[in-house]
Amino acid sequence: MPQKIVKSKIIFEGEIVETIGEVSTEEYERWGANENLKVVGKPVSRIDGYDKVSGSAVYTFDKILQRMVYARTLRSPLPHAKIKRIDISKALKVNGILDVITFQNTEDIDWYWNSSKLFDPHLRYQGDEIACAAAETAELAEQALKLIEVDYDELPFAVNTKKALESDPEKLTGFKKPDLFTYDRGDFSKGISESDESVEDTFTTPVVIHNPTEVHCSTVAWDGGKLTVWDSTQAIFSVRNAVADSLKININDVRVIKKYMGGGFGSKLEAGKYTVMAALLARRLGRPVKIYLDRREMNLAVGNRPDSHQTLKVWGKRDGTITAMSYKSFGAVGAYPQGAAANWPFRTMYKCPNIKVEDQNVFINAGRARAFRAPGHVQGVFALDSIIDDFAYKIGMDPIDLRLKNYAEVDQVFNVPYTSKLLKEAYSAGAQAINWDLRNKIPGSGNGVIKRGIGMASQIWWGGGGPPAHAMLKLERGGYLTVISGTQDIGTGTYTILAQVAAEILEIPMEKIEVILGDTGVGPYAPSSGGSQTIASVAPAVRDASEKMKSKLISAAAAIMEIPEDKIKYNNGEIESIEDPAKKLSIADILKELREESLLMNGSREANPDGYTTNSFGAQFADVSVDTETGKITVNKIAAAHDIGRPMNQKTLENQFHGGILQGLSYALMEERVIDESTGQVVNLNMHDYKIPTVKDVPKIEIIIVSKSDDLVNNVGAKGIGEPAIIPTAGAIANAVYNAIGVRIKSLPITPDKVLNAIYKFN
Amino acid sequence: MSKKKGISRRNFIKGVGTGVVGSYVVVPALNNKAAKNLSDNEELQLKEGWQVLSLKVNGKKIITKVKPNTLLVDLLRNELQLTGTKVVCNQGECGGCTIILDGKPVYSCQMLALDANGKEVTTIEGLLLGEELHPLQQAFVDEDGLQCGFCTPGQIMAAYGLLLKYPDPTDEQILNGMSGNLCRCAAYPKIIKSVKAAASRIK
Repeated sequence: MPQKIVKSKIIFEGEIVETIGEVSTEEYERWGANENLKVVGKPVSRIDGYDKVSGSAVYTFDKILQRMVYARTLRSPLPHAKIKRIDISKALKVNGILDVITFQNTEDIDWYWNSSKLFDPHLRYQGDEIACAAAETAELAEQALKLIEVDYDELPFAVNTKKALESDPEKLTGFKKPDLFTYDRGDFSKGISESDESVEDTFTTPVVIHNPTEVHCSTVAWDGGKLTVWDSTQAIFSVRNAVADSLKININDVRVIKKYMGGGFGSKLEAGKYTVMAALLARRLGRPVKIYLDRREMNLAVGNRPDSHQTLKVWGKRDGTITAMSYKSFGAVGAYPQGAAANWPFRTMYKCPNIKVEDQNVFINAGRARAFRAPGHVQGVFALDSIIDDFAYKIGMDPIDLRLKNYAEVDQVFNVPYTSKLLKEAYSAGAQAINWDLRNKIPGSGNGVIKRGIGMASQIWWGGGGPPAHAMLKLERGGYLTVISGTQDIGTGTYTILAQVAAEILEIPMEKIEVILGDTGVGPYAPSSGGSQTIASVAPAVRDASEKMKSKLISAAAAIMEIPEDKIKYNNGEIESIEDPAKKLSIADILKELREESLLMNGSREANPDGYTTNSFGAQFADVSVDTETGKITVNKIAAAHDIGRPMNQKTLENQFHGGILQGLSYALMEERVIDESTGQVVNLNMHDYKIPTVKDVPKIEIIIVSKSDDLVNNVGAKGIGEPAIIPTAGAIANAVYNAIGVRIKSLPITPDKVLNAIYKFN
Repeated sequence: MSKKKGISRRNFIKGVGTGVVGSYVVVPALNNKAAKNLSDNEELQLKEGWQVLSLKVNGKKIITKVKPNTLLVDLLRNELQLTGTKVVCNQGECGGCTIILDGKPVYSCQMLALDANGKEVTTIEGLLLGEELHPLQQAFVDEDGLQCGFCTPGQIMAAYGLLLKYPDPTDEQILNGMSGNLCRCAAYPKIIKSVKAAASRIK
């Protein structure tokens, strides 16, 4: 069977990762456009739809086990302190309390890449874990937490990123200042000397919180030395490994299961402390433990999109040629090591031979950042596309023409071509959909109180996926197929799309296909559901397995019909003799004849092509109205034109784009974690004070997919769409607001007060 | 829309004892501890002031005892194991726990279980006919009015309440009726489509 182990590079959430893994070396004929296909690309309804609308879908939060007890967590109320004394004796007297764990009665378990412990008496942010209590009910556990006495040594803190940057970082967290990231390309001073004009500005973006609807939670149960973990996670294998390492038990003694999950958006890509705490309690008690966070904890302690303070300068010629660009930024990673950089789009989006980048991560005494749907790119594109528009207006050029003038034909960081790039097509489709010509040629030149404006921004992301990613097929009596893989469906439609791929190849009806994902005890390895890599990694493995299953069916038919294999063809889900088409067998016929009543097949993702970078591209266009008396912004329409390779399922694709665009819209206009700088307390810890969009905030959305397939990237031609959808929205809205009122608001979210202040200052 | 009827902050609810929750049936037997040979559990229940509660859930009569501060959503999820109803914010901000109480959508995290005494509750599970989806549920599948699915039961129950009141809702009525239910995946455009499709199918 053509398989081999290779070393390959994939880019995950902006990190270049070198992996060694098994790949398929089969080359399959490309499918062409979706019009040629029967199932893939069609608006197929979710195969897990029934479970989700009937209430029968059991999420981790819903998991109930016999003799299960509940655990809740005590968190630091202070932004920076050391625990002087902790006394759990009163808590242990609560009727129904079973156990309380703290740093005093548990072993040291390393956390945050060995920078801290599971329970660290040095508390570095409001929300840091102090203790965990298990009781017969969650309410009793919460009651016990209130009776834990803690004396603190309060320490100096900083929650303002700029102030933290100017302070001694070791006094804030005990960690050294992170290294400055730098990147240089070309001859910077030559670039400047060639220019006629320049623009410079500083843009800031807020910390925003994922707030998935299902809180972070786990239910854990020991069976002797074996641990089963139901976890609300985007990464079952990462959780398995982290839990096994933390508890110092064998990896194959931990099984992690996630069938359904109520959203993650990046916040569930790593194992949580809570899972390990639950496992410790469950082991001590000999009973299953369910642990969950509440909404307040969700807003404190499970990650965020870091803020950014980006200063960009663009130099160029009057004909629009950009000759040099510089980027200097800093952003807060929170209280523990993480990345906050936002400079990737700056380095790659537009053609510029001479650039300079400096990006500084800053520790502050607040919740740690985590990947959040297109980490870095959402912040980066807002700043980049704002300054690009500024340059266009400065030299009196159409903003799209400026982008076309500086169109990057190759990846400028790796200096290799793209597997595909249809950004020009996206510009032209998006411009048409939004009526680009109706924009104000001079920003702010519209009449009346309500001013309308049009703006756009570009999108770049990876999302080509890569190996290793495996799938198994089990074809059973009656012709029923089960697809099994160790990836997970986090609501994006993975269950359905993988079934579509198998249905396409084997020509088995969708109703006869079952998909099992999200179980380390069952599925072969497949990647975490992040980086928009799931479908581009796993769907090709399913195709590989399906094509090989087809060959196996032909060989089985040959044995049964006693005809040579090369005289048999696969046709419409039946296996027939080429010479005598009347001689044929259905899949069910074949399986009936087989002693084992089932056929098994494995498949793997192929290696990524050498000498290319895979990126998705796109552009979004916004049409907004700004009320210059109240500052209220109404988004009338977003037109989203994207090159995402092959669209795999029209329904789930539209939903992903709607979700990305609306999260981008609320990033632009609503969302912001607010901390009181004098106390270090987060003030908006719920879904009322932390604004996210409702059904009433939905503008008209038009989605245009300009790509048919990316035939180089993988055997199904798909690139991911979850993250591309959110990347350009805020930039497009910010540029539209500028186009409407003629004054740029450089800080997100663009709230009415900022609009009114900007207009007031401008006049 | 009358969804917020009966709202009070959860923390307030948690702090109140039986004295404040005035209007419930006090079961005389429970007040006579000495006369009975009570088990530990019964004694605890007596101490905590547990009350008998009688209500209809999805057409079935339920008689049970609850602690007075038990929330309706906790009764449904923990006691009756109807986990289709979700808890998302647990303080009346998101609609994830929406159920139908006597024909009107309410946030079940904002109600004491005892507030449902003598009333009729319908949860997402109650819309099914056997294993068969209600046309409204089927519309959410057909129009893909969901992504992760966690807010979906609340969305569907809000839509159910909306359609009870307005069988043929205008766009504005749909937006108002669904605006108390947050969806972080922001499947809103397809949620609207689902509600519209359901309205025209049920008509």
